[in-house]
Amino acid sequence: MSDLRQYLRQDLMPHILCPGCGHGIALRSLLRVIDRGTIPLDRIVLVGGIGCSSRMVGYVDLRTVHTTHGRALTFATGIKLARPELEVIVVTGDGDGLGIGGNHLIHAARRDVDLTCLLLNNATYGMTGGQAAPTAAPGSRSTTTPGGAREPSFDACRLVEAAGASYVARGATSLPLALDDVIAGAIAHSGFSFVEILSDCPEFYGRYNALGRGPDMLQAQRSRVIGPRPEIQLGVLHQRPPALEVQAT
Amino acid sequence: MNELLQGNAACARAALDAGCTFFAGYPITPSSEIAEQMAAALPKRGGVFVQMEDEIASLGAVLGASLAGRRAMTATSGPGFSLMQEHLGYGMYAEIPCVVVDVMRGGPSTGLPTRPSQGDVMQARWGTHGDHPAIALAPASVAEVYELTARAFELSDRLRTPVVLLYDEVIGHLRERVDLAPVSPPPAARAGPDGRSPYAAGEDDVARLPDLGSGQRFHVTGLGHGERGYPTDDPAVVGDLALRLARKVERARAEIAWAETYRTEDADLVVVAYGIVARAARRAVDDGRARGMRLGLFRPRTIWPFPAEAFRAATAGARGVLVAEMNLGQLAVEIERYVPRGSVATLLRADGRPIAPEEIVAAAVRVTDGERVVA
Repeated sequence: MSDLRQYLRQDLMPHILCPGCGHGIALRSLLRVIDRGTIPLDRIVLVGGIGCSSRMVGYVDLRTVHTTHGRALTFATGIKLARPELEVIVVTGDGDGLGIGGNHLIHAARRDVDLTCLLLNNATYGMTGGQAAPTAAPGSRSTTTPGGAREPSFDACRLVEAAGASYVARGATSLPLALDDVIAGAIAHSGFSFVEILSDCPEFYGRYNALGRGPDMLQAQRSRVIGPRPEIQLGVLHQRPPALEVQAT
Repeated sequence: MNELLQGNAACARAALDAGCTFFAGYPITPSSEIAEQMAAALPKRGGVFVQMEDEIASLGAVLGASLAGRRAMTATSGPGFSLMQEHLGYGMYAEIPCVVVDVMRGGPSTGLPTRPSQGDVMQARWGTHGDHPAIALAPASVAEVYELTARAFELSDRLRTPVVLLYDEVIGHLRERVDLAPVSPPPAARAGPDGRSPYAAGEDDVARLPDLGSGQRFHVTGLGHGERGYPTDDPAVVGDLALRLARKVERARAEIAWAETYRTEDADLVVVAYGIVARAARRAVDDGRARGMRLGLFRPRTIWPFPAEAFRAATAGARGVLVAEMNLGQLAVEIERYVPRGSVATLLRADGRPIAPEEIVAAAVRVTDGERVVA
């Protein structure tokens, strides 16, 4: 494997993510997939929304579009329909993609346009200081749920599958090589491909819920996703041939 | 070709003739005919039509398609225009060409979906947050919808900024006889030579972004950014950016600030009106003159930036100005900046009904008698 730093805008370092944040592991996984060379580099467009995860697209030295909060999929849909030869990869978060952008997510899934959507789920709004996200576990504490979250949380994969996505998978930052495989599968699949990536925010979610530092959270995450009967299932959860695609004729 | 044509149909036809190959939209009265016509026409010519889940998504898709090199547009009405405001700001800040049509209906909120208004004049100027340039064109006939839609694409491409086409429901649904001279697509003078500094502007203060399909590597963001397009909050850099974007449109003001004057040379009272109200005002000027009043008409075809110099010239010899508009005085506020205090009178309606010629004549009589606000 070559030096992955060649894909980064190193003049933008140091980056803005916190020590212990899981997002860097996910970015590295995406770069390993890009480094496999199966997609011509000059065809890749990365599109992000707003938030910690979305911000990572700006560090990759390709064509990158950092859009508005929750709306990355709408820009990506326009880009893909305008130029179907481009490989459009959206990086979003749980607040961006499931909160403010939830409507766009279900419609992108229904439309089944050939996009890849990587949703990094760290169960919090990190960029704004750790408020409750729609994926926060019931009872978990945040700056806006000081007494513990009272609302149920989303299962992003089931939501997107029900809405019509033709490739749905889940990966985790605690098992990065398995994550590579589902990201590669998502990019290879034509049709709307969705990967939920379990990530961690030790700085806010971890601190407010006494879950330790980055390595502690990774260990805890790993224990939930491995074993014969894991609490959270990883891998490809749903795949079918894409629906008739909306494309330029 | 001499034909009977609807305003919204003229808009769609102009877009196609001007080389628009991408339309994303969401149904809303009274603009839906534009989307329907684009849905029928675009796929046959290799273009793309997509109906999005809302107006936010519609303008998002348009901005994405434009970044990918397509001439792109959307069309909506007041409530949808409100939803588009954040993306309008993104388009202005990240310098992405596109055309946004707002066929104005009564508001606020759901308001009067099938009734005309001119209530979005200030939304077109200041609807999105922060300091930003704005261009809005206001046609007053079916033929002018065609002409200004085509101009909107040309301006938007050249200045790399969203251009709003602002007209009321009456103009949108008006069917009148036209004999259009078809326009040709303007030259695609938008691709930049250097992806390493896509926001390094030329002497015209316009950025030069490559297309996403060009193979060049570059970054686009709605964050404050420098010439390379990378995020920064350096006060010198983001301060310069705000000034450059304002200067870019200000520099083009003389050229794009179009207006029509009618019988203003010896007018005592100049009526200011745009859109369908200008049609009534023109008739009112003739009727008033038949009754011995010296009336004239100033009709801005460009609302933003307001054609101030043409307005000053048209009103230099007048004793007063009467602004007639289908709102509670949105353009009147702008006009007060250019005339002596107390010399602007208004005739305003926000009840979903157009203003009739005889109302304008009656208002002119009362203004001549010294009244200022004529409801």
